[in-house]
Amino acid sequence: MITVENLTKRYGPHPAVDDVSFQCDPGTVTGFLGPNGAGKSTTMRMICGLTAPTAGRATVSGRPYRELPNPGREVGVLLDASAQHAGRTGREALTLSAYTMGLDRREVAAKLDLVGLNAVAAKRRVRAYSLGMRQRLGLAQAMLGDPRVLILDEPANGLDPEGIFWMRGLLRDFADRGGTVLLSSHLLREVEAVADRLVVIGGGRIVAQGDKNELLAGGGTVVRARDDAALRQALKVAGLTAADSADACWCRPTPRQSARRRPMPASRSPSCVRLAAAASNSSSSP
Amino acid sequence: MTTTAPAASAVAPRHQSPVRRPSLLRLTAVELRKLVDTRAGRWLLITIGLVVVAVVTLLLIYAEDAEQTFFTFFVTSLLPVNVLLPVLGILSITSEWSQRTALSTYALVPRRERVVTAKLLAVVLAALASVLVTLAVAAVGTLVASATGGAGTWQVDATLIVNGAIVQVAGVLMGAAFGLLLLNPPLAIVGYLLLPTLWSVLGELVRPLRGPAAWLDTSRTMEPLFTSHVTAGQWGRLAVSLLVWMVLPLAAGLVRTLRREVS
Repeated sequence: MITVENLTKRYGPHPAVDDVSFQCDPGTVTGFLGPNGAGKSTTMRMICGLTAPTAGRATVSGRPYRELPNPGREVGVLLDASAQHAGRTGREALTLSAYTMGLDRREVAAKLDLVGLNAVAAKRRVRAYSLGMRQRLGLAQAMLGDPRVLILDEPANGLDPEGIFWMRGLLRDFADRGGTVLLSSHLLREVEAVADRLVVIGGGRIVAQGDKNELLAGGGTVVRARDDAALRQALKVAGLTAADSADACWCRPTPRQSARRRPMPASRSPSCVRLAAAASNSSSSP
Repeated sequence: MTTTAPAASAVAPRHQSPVRRPSLLRLTAVELRKLVDTRAGRWLLITIGLVVVAVVTLLLIYAEDAEQTFFTFFVTSLLPVNVLLPVLGILSITSEWSQRTALSTYALVPRRERVVTAKLLAVVLAALASVLVTLAVAAVGTLVASATGGAGTWQVDATLIVNGAIVQVAGVLMGAAFGLLLLNPPLAIVGYLLLPTLWSVLGELVRPLRGPAAWLDTSRTMEPLFTSHVTAGQWGRLAVSLLVWMVLPLAAGLVRTLRREVS
């Protein structure tokens, strides 16, 4: 389980991640969606204790990451597949991790096998790996300690369509066996096929989160304002029905359209509209 | 939404095998392995060994017969190794950042001070091993010398060997300290080689600096260690110079490493 509470990271006056909260439950795959630079990677690094948050906290399996005694056995992390020593072989990279975690050497061969890196590939230096092979190696490293939680930042990058299909199966199976997966991407299509829940981030803030089918149904619109009460009043006056989500309102044009299970083409996915300006006139928050 | 609490407890019992944090011994072994598991690292170590062999060979060929002693072989080999060991210290620390392996290293061991401690232990062990290699090669050189007409005497003070080990350990730790502080291989190597040298030159040239230089220039404060008698005053000067060039950058570098964002 991953719990993120009011996580905020500021670089100077600029907030890269602004008051982000969400939760990933065992048995589910959570898709973490947003454009480049939206704050996905920064959020994931904060969860993993690699970046100190300005405010807020995150826990994995109920504990702050830095307090996990042997994190690799609890949570598998793949934040950047290119972050490998170019001069080490794939097998050596895994062996170092396995030894750090106190695992049997046989785990290395088993996980190389699992991600489809054969003996020849394992003996080559990472310098000679394609991005797809690096992603596979990174995935093997993340799964090495048989963790219960996976945190993967854009793992589909560089994988061929077959590789993407294979990875979806792997993650689905992991979640179905009770694991927790947090998976980021900037493409809805990529996570749509495997995720149960979606957390959508834009400009460092959560703009929508919830069950995938609910979010992708209806073709509604997310609206957010500094003054929630004023926004709700404005929506009411306009005759729109609105439901609350994380820190925004979730508007549906008509209740009729709630044919939820119908798969939606990506072009009709929820668009994000900010009505901050409209509502800020009546804003009275401190 | 599904209920969360029962689901969480349903998975929890699966987590029964005791998961202990990796011991410092294990982390040190990992760091030792990292010193040799790349071509660059392996060749740096091999070069250190070859330099000792080269020095002793040159002495066997060119030194006066009377100077072909265990003492000379050992002490003369210490110096070139003392130039290379800091590079080992620097690379051990900085390659994590230049090769970006810090990401997985610190994800597996989020207590970064433990990784840094293990790295320091590993390079200190490497420095001590280099002293053993130097002793061994010097011994072979002495045997060859006695067979080829050199003096081949074995007389050497035990304190000299201890002092030699101190010089090498201090050297590798100074390198590691610069690595921790600058976190960038070329910058740290240039900084390590340039700053103390610059300081030595300034100490010679600028009259008012001559006094402080005697306390702060490591090449001068370490000189007495190559003899077997070091006075209390000389130890004092050595301690002060190491405080400035080793302890301070280590402390500042540790703080920097602990705070730095890993990406």
